[in-house]
Amino acid sequence: MNNGFTILVIDDEAQIRKLLEISLEANEYKVLFAINGKDGITTAASHQPDLILLDLGLPDEDGQSILKKLREWFVNPIIILSVKSTEEEIVKALDNGANDYLTKPFRTQELLARIRTALRSKTSVNNEMTLSFGNCTIDFASRIVKANNEIIKLTATEYNLLALLIKNDGRVLTHQYILKEIWGQSYSEQTQYLRVFVAQLRKKIEEDANHPKFIITESGVGYRFNSS
Amino acid sequence: MDKLFFKSTKNQYLISFLSVAIVSLLCLIVRDVIDYKIVGYLLLVVVSLLAIFLEIKPVLLGAVLSALALNFVFIKPYYTLHIDKPEDILLLALYFIIALINAVLTNNFRRMQRAIQIKQTRASTLKLYNTLLDSLSHELRTPIAAILGSIDTLQQKDVKLTLETQQKLHNEIEKASMKLNYQVENLLNMSRLESGYIYPKSDWCDVKEIIYNTCNRLSEETKDHKIIISVDENLPLFKLDYGLMEQIIYNLVYNCSQHTPKGVTISINAKYEVDADYDSHIDLIKKCVITISDNGYGFPAAEIDRAFDKFHRFKDSKTGGTGLGLSIVKGFVEAQNGTITLQNAEDGGAIFELSFAVDCLSINSLPNE
Repeated sequence: MNNGFTILVIDDEAQIRKLLEISLEANEYKVLFAINGKDGITTAASHQPDLILLDLGLPDEDGQSILKKLREWFVNPIIILSVKSTEEEIVKALDNGANDYLTKPFRTQELLARIRTALRSKTSVNNEMTLSFGNCTIDFASRIVKANNEIIKLTATEYNLLALLIKNDGRVLTHQYILKEIWGQSYSEQTQYLRVFVAQLRKKIEEDANHPKFIITESGVGYRFNSS
Repeated sequence: MDKLFFKSTKNQYLISFLSVAIVSLLCLIVRDVIDYKIVGYLLLVVVSLLAIFLEIKPVLLGAVLSALALNFVFIKPYYTLHIDKPEDILLLALYFIIALINAVLTNNFRRMQRAIQIKQTRASTLKLYNTLLDSLSHELRTPIAAILGSIDTLQQKDVKLTLETQQKLHNEIEKASMKLNYQVENLLNMSRLESGYIYPKSDWCDVKEIIYNTCNRLSEETKDHKIIISVDENLPLFKLDYGLMEQIIYNLVYNCSQHTPKGVTISINAKYEVDADYDSHIDLIKKCVITISDNGYGFPAAEIDRAFDKFHRFKDSKTGGTGLGLSIVKGFVEAQNGTITLQNAEDGGAIFELSFAVDCLSINSLPNE
């Protein structure tokens, strides 16, 4: 059911490797292991896995620098699994090219969902002209968003923000990244814009803006769109 | 700086020398007017004062120097160590002895005081440590016991468990792990606070979003409680630390859910207040005020002031707890220059009020292009 995707786990904790082996293989992924950064980079090079789960606290080298080294040539998704949960660390990892992150302890269902999302974005390049989520559809050509077949009035900025989030479905976008993309370089610290526009957008596309299903807040880090 | 200055031995000798020298010089100026016995008393006062503040050796130096000065400059004949009158010899000898006794006694007294202080600190640390150990071992071991027990039952080979029982045991393991995780999180946060490793990262926060987000995360823990959230329409954005605010609200709501009976209502309210600063008539102090209240039993009146104390657990508390949750809340609130108060409502229940006088920004002031 998972098309035999290969996942490389780079983690020095035997217990976590065991757990991931069981739960990933049960979901029909092929699993490879590396117990340190050096080993991880060689295994990634020799086996070309479809996805890497990388622990940031490895014994031989700082996880962030391994991430950077991998990103010099490795194009498939990398998900960070880490016990270090400071926002700075997470933002740094995302800036260094990680697709997603999960903090230990994490729930297996959550991990599997993130893996599926990351792999989906790898296989299907988003060049479709329309996408749907929940009761909504977005048409990128005509810049029209509909809910239950009725057009939702969005301002230009609201539309741009929504389109950016949807195009990165499932992926965490940092505040700085979104601000730069939508408002421009000089706005990268102006988080107030983001707060206000996300609140407005939620009112328009979420069934209950207080319990959002699509635009998820990643506390202190950014936002993630979740279409499923 | 003063303390450091006193700590250096070299400085202590210098202080001792200078104070004796200065007092002697001052007395020298008025030598013809005052009796040399008075000078003796004055120098004795100097040595006594030195004994209060300095270590023993510099004080002894002061005692010797002052005795020499008394003899050399003030007892006739001047500027010799020779003394004419036998009673002056006696006076000098007595002066020296009293100065020495003074120095030694004061020093001993201080040493004893210090020893008592150390002993007291040790005793209170020990008491704190025991309370901590007591509550922690309870709070950490209970969930571990639940996890191990459930797993053992699931692994029993000779007993056939129904699917329903298995499900229940799995749920127990899940609940216990979450509890364990919460306590570990609290311990880590406490050590962050203790080590001073809290640098709030203030950024524009949508307080309403933080409250809903946190309550959504707590939906499992609060499923037997009723939660009512009311937030001012058009509440401005406030400059706060998102992560710390989440933890504050999480701990407070979690605390309510754990220490009140089922069916209790937990109300969370966020509003914007403006206080006029009557001194200046210009500055308006804008505040974000969050109240979290419940209609449970409230806190024991006698101990309510100690609710935020580290490791404090209320007497007769049946619901346990490490006494960490609320003290972390206070630490995180104060790290953001906020204040927190706790009081019992007149008709029962507890009211926590948080107040942050921080920068705010009206949502309507932003362009909506």
